[in-house]
Amino acid sequence: MSVKSPPSALAEEFSAPIQTIDPAEKWRRLLMWPSVVPLLMWMIVPLAFTIYFSFIRYNLLNPANTGFAFFQNYQFLVGDASFWPAVFNTLIFIGAVLIITVVVGVLLAVLYDQDFYGKNIAMLLVIAPFFVMPTVSALIWKNMIMHPVYGSIALFLQKFGIAPVDWFADLPLISIIIIVSWEWIPFSFLILVTALKSLDQEQKEAASIDGAGHFTKFRYIVLPHLEKAIGVVVMIEMIFLLSIFAEIYTTTGGGPGNATTTLAYLVYALGLQQFDAGIASAGGILAIILANIVSIFLVRMLAKNLSQEK
Amino acid sequence: MNKAAWSKIWLTILGWLIGAMFFYPIFWMAITAFKTEKGAYSPDIFFIPTLESFGEVFARSDYFLFFRNSVVVSFGSTILCFILAIPSAYRMAFYPTQKSQSTMLWMLSTKMMPAVGVLIPIYIIWQWLHLLDTITGLIIIYTLMNLPIAVWMSYTYFSEVPKGILEAGRIDGATATQELWHLLRPMTMPGLSSTALLLIILAWNEAFWSINLSSAKAAPLTVFIASYSSPEGLFWAKLSAASLLAVAPIMVMGWLTQKQLVRGLTFGAVK
Repeated sequence: MSVKSPPSALAEEFSAPIQTIDPAEKWRRLLMWPSVVPLLMWMIVPLAFTIYFSFIRYNLLNPANTGFAFFQNYQFLVGDASFWPAVFNTLIFIGAVLIITVVVGVLLAVLYDQDFYGKNIAMLLVIAPFFVMPTVSALIWKNMIMHPVYGSIALFLQKFGIAPVDWFADLPLISIIIIVSWEWIPFSFLILVTALKSLDQEQKEAASIDGAGHFTKFRYIVLPHLEKAIGVVVMIEMIFLLSIFAEIYTTTGGGPGNATTTLAYLVYALGLQQFDAGIASAGGILAIILANIVSIFLVRMLAKNLSQEK
Repeated sequence: MNKAAWSKIWLTILGWLIGAMFFYPIFWMAITAFKTEKGAYSPDIFFIPTLESFGEVFARSDYFLFFRNSVVVSFGSTILCFILAIPSAYRMAFYPTQKSQSTMLWMLSTKMMPAVGVLIPIYIIWQWLHLLDTITGLIIIYTLMNLPIAVWMSYTYFSEVPKGILEAGRIDGATATQELWHLLRPMTMPGLSSTALLLIILAWNEAFWSINLSSAKAAPLTVFIASYSSPEGLFWAKLSAASLLAVAPIMVMGWLTQKQLVRGLTFGAVK
């Protein structure tokens, strides 16, 4: 029987501190402080302020207008003409980039898992975009690749007699999706190709001997093996994509109209351009709620992972 | 030739073609940086290279200021991260308690906060503390941003050190300092240095906080490049030269740490 009677459980609890009275342990506990204290503050202080600001009237240009606002900031935000387009844009943007990066990432991982001449160098070329700072990627793509007259895509299409596209005027959100996908495919590729390396080669060979085709092997051996890594990619990308900012800021500024205004850009525009900290904070809270729904799953998965290793 | 040899050749062609496609914008930027402003709009790959555009970028007297800010902020935050992270990682790896695992997960969860959710309060607090547009302000943000990664990575490298070696050292009478310096440091150095490189890359390329919290004095290269968004973006050669200088050192670092990168980016979930 592993159930303890109450007295002995109590006794154990009281005796526990006496057992660990190792004097060094007291000092070792202090070792946690340098990282725990700043992170605790980082977690609590700004969040508390965001919540507080989201419920008060707080305009940086009009300090006279104060007071408790209840849900007015939220009401105003939801009633704002650019709010629903921003939510819609955010979902389309995140959804599209996730699908593109995961699908292309899986295909590339399978391709680069094979052996061919100069594979390692070719891989370096594929992952290179991940190391380019966002403002550089955005401007190079906007001005040099997607330029409607002189851009590389326009010149390329002209060779085939296809009329060039004015990317940022006609397809603004798609243009941003293309740029951000270019930055994040290397991320999903790198993680998936690493995950693929741990796949048991014998399993694949055994399947081949049993007469399984490429597609069957992909569907029943490769994909299930990558499942966890794909989950990690999706969740980490989601956290980053929710705050995507520089690419929009340097290319479209949220426009034309609000065609490329995402939730993150809307919070920036309301808070730091129109100086309404209250309404912007309400937007921030919505972004946090969205992110938390995602992160619960990620943390759970990593927890499982940690306990499996032990 | 047999079927396997042919398929290897096809794979080589396909693999390199895709690599070239992904690298093309970077390649094009690097080439254009060496063109004259007049020649930049032509699609030629062969031309007489010139350093004219670099000269013009440097002539903007503030270029080195931005570069210096990037270096100070990314190295400064990385060093600070390690100072804060190593003690806890050491404690959790060698003297774990029941709370260690949940502490690690909690640290990770602080990274799940989308930056945009706390932009407004951070901006206002930074204004109160006079940290807006200061190097210190950016270093603090980047340190907090990267601290969970630093703890996780250091923890995984410490955990891989065989416990027996430290015990043997202790039996031989090594003091705690000797143990750290002569046993732990050399064994974990490769892992920790690749962690450092990852943190430097992340801080160097960070653009959300730098654009919102800095303008003239403390602005790093991300902000400098953003200032090319209009109308200077039309000067391709100058834009390319400035971009190339901002991107090249980090790309080399990224390529060097490629193998360790995955572990850092996924918090050890994928190795």
